[in-house]
Amino acid sequence: MATMTMYPDDERLPRGERAAFNLYAVSAVVLFVLMMLIGLVMRTAQGEWMSVPPNLFYQLLSMHGAGMVGTMGMVTTAVMWFFLRKYVKLHLWAFLANYLLFLLGALCIIGAVFLGGYAALWTFLYPLPVHAMAMWSGGAAAWFLVGYLLIGVGMLLFYLDAAWAIIQRFGNLGRALGLQWLFGGEIDPNHPKAVVASTMVIIANVLGILAGAVVLVLSLIDVADPQIAFNALVMKNLIYWFGHMYINATIYMAVIAVYELLPRYTGRPYPISRPFLWSWAASCVFVIVVFPHHLLMDYAQPRWLAIMGQIVSYGAGFSVFLITAWGALTNIHRSGMRWTMPSRLMVLAMFGWAAGIVPAILDGTIAINRVMHNTQWVPGHFHFYLLLGVLPMALALIYHVIGSREHAPPNSGADRIGFPLYLLGGLIFTFAFLDAGHLSVARRMATHLPEWQGTDHMGAIGALLVVLAMLYFMARIALGLLRANPDARAAHPAR
Amino acid sequence: MVYQNVVWVIALVGMGLVALGFLYIISQVGRPADADAVRGINRRSARWRLTLFIILLLGFLGASYGTLHSFPIPAQSGPLAASQVVNVVGRQWSWQMSIEGQPAGDTLHLVTGSPVEFRVTSADVNHGFAIYAPDGRIAIQTQAMPGFDNKILYTFTAPGKYMVRCLEYCGLGHAPMVTEFDVTNPTGG
Repeated sequence: MATMTMYPDDERLPRGERAAFNLYAVSAVVLFVLMMLIGLVMRTAQGEWMSVPPNLFYQLLSMHGAGMVGTMGMVTTAVMWFFLRKYVKLHLWAFLANYLLFLLGALCIIGAVFLGGYAALWTFLYPLPVHAMAMWSGGAAAWFLVGYLLIGVGMLLFYLDAAWAIIQRFGNLGRALGLQWLFGGEIDPNHPKAVVASTMVIIANVLGILAGAVVLVLSLIDVADPQIAFNALVMKNLIYWFGHMYINATIYMAVIAVYELLPRYTGRPYPISRPFLWSWAASCVFVIVVFPHHLLMDYAQPRWLAIMGQIVSYGAGFSVFLITAWGALTNIHRSGMRWTMPSRLMVLAMFGWAAGIVPAILDGTIAINRVMHNTQWVPGHFHFYLLLGVLPMALALIYHVIGSREHAPPNSGADRIGFPLYLLGGLIFTFAFLDAGHLSVARRMATHLPEWQGTDHMGAIGALLVVLAMLYFMARIALGLLRANPDARAAHPAR
Repeated sequence: MVYQNVVWVIALVGMGLVALGFLYIISQVGRPADADAVRGINRRSARWRLTLFIILLLGFLGASYGTLHSFPIPAQSGPLAASQVVNVVGRQWSWQMSIEGQPAGDTLHLVTGSPVEFRVTSADVNHGFAIYAPDGRIAIQTQAMPGFDNKILYTFTAPGKYMVRCLEYCGLGHAPMVTEFDVTNPTGG
């Protein structure tokens, strides 16, 4: 069971760990702000409030997508590391190697985009990277793909270290997932939810990263010799298998923060249960096989794959609604929890994930996908649960760590202004996308029709509010993490 | 009835219900419960969760049956039962559309009330073939993929000018990659 002590000793960050965590957290918030500024520029350009040439727009779009997904992967890895290290012996070198490889990969991607002009987006759909029509060179495409490979290798190293540590402690990954208790037996109440979630992520995302490695290498071969042709449908399946699992893994890594921290803030135990274990076992399978819902408009795809994509999309919602969101709400209900930044962010995160699932499930329905696919409905739903779900989970942990150094959960006057600004901006921004999707506004277009631009303007206003809030969060987090004495604290009771 | 508007209402209702649930819980946070009350909360929570599970399960089964029993994508092997067949080729950054048996380049005229088969492919990279109805909403779409034919079977119900837009990013000329065609009533109206 998760600890009820607010700042337990086993979460202390000794010098090396502290430096590593600070690197991850500060880099992440700086990158998020930069990527959000790019997002703001794109929404403003679509609404013709500023002029951005199409080639630059698509470069920015590529940078924004790769940057956001990569940064989300990076910071949520830090969430998983922060809690998992309490239960198994992780090696700091693996955590740091992941960070360094991420930075190297990011540099390759930034160079490919801004020096090489790469603009085939973060999904690099084959064979677009080599069919640039003189927009960028094969070399730029290669640097972008190598950047992905470096980031993937870093994450794989971290996962393999974590998998080895989990196996050392629990015997095998199945026992760590709690499969031995699915059909009976007395569940060990001290079996950590963080281990269950981490194991699920390792299994799913290692498969995803390996699929990604295959398609990245094939794409590099295509760059080297464009005469070599691969099956475009198989390549697309591999890309979405990789991409879907990578971004979904960020949610499942980040939610560990809620499982671990929420009971401390509510002062009420949040015990492990059989439905919880069932939900994570099912989610492990679901997240691996659900990716065909990205290919529902590829009619050449075997019909059973499309049906599986729809059915599993529906099924995945059960775990989110009935276990994680419901469990968190029950834990909060009449708890007397004080509203501080970590608790606010955790409740927002649960709402963002649960509410964002609704338009996602609708889009996963084949009949609906026919009129919603590749409209702004899609960025609408994924921004909803990334901006209002996953990022607040990671911010909750970072704010909690700042609290551990200030002896109390952060709740300054500026925090109380920054949070509603972020919430309001996030809601305006995401609902502008969803509204545009229902009006059939296409996604990923540098120029928009005049009748589409009303939603662009709303989106730009929402984005501006989010950027302002994030600028404040960035300064608050950087100062909070870097200036406080990490050892000047004592264990605090819950709440 | 515009299909997208129905989806929009379902989404707003679903997200609104989630929001109401959260707002209720948030409104109760400031009323801390004692140990007995917590046990009662946990018991009621388990019962309500079971109820919600049953509701979601019924919704899951109903929605799956309702949207899949008549499969929304036509069989891709063999010809479809269409009175008109349109071959579509996407390439960076234009559409080539021609009625089967007629030379390419002629203006495309289709009629309402009888099924049209669109055979969609690409000469280079992935494109998205989306038909926008005269009201500006997407009527139907599929992907245009090199090496594959994706077949749409669609019956136009309203005459007018239909736009084709590319909905899969395909490079610099993605946004202006459009074309159009006319749909008229069989009598010429």
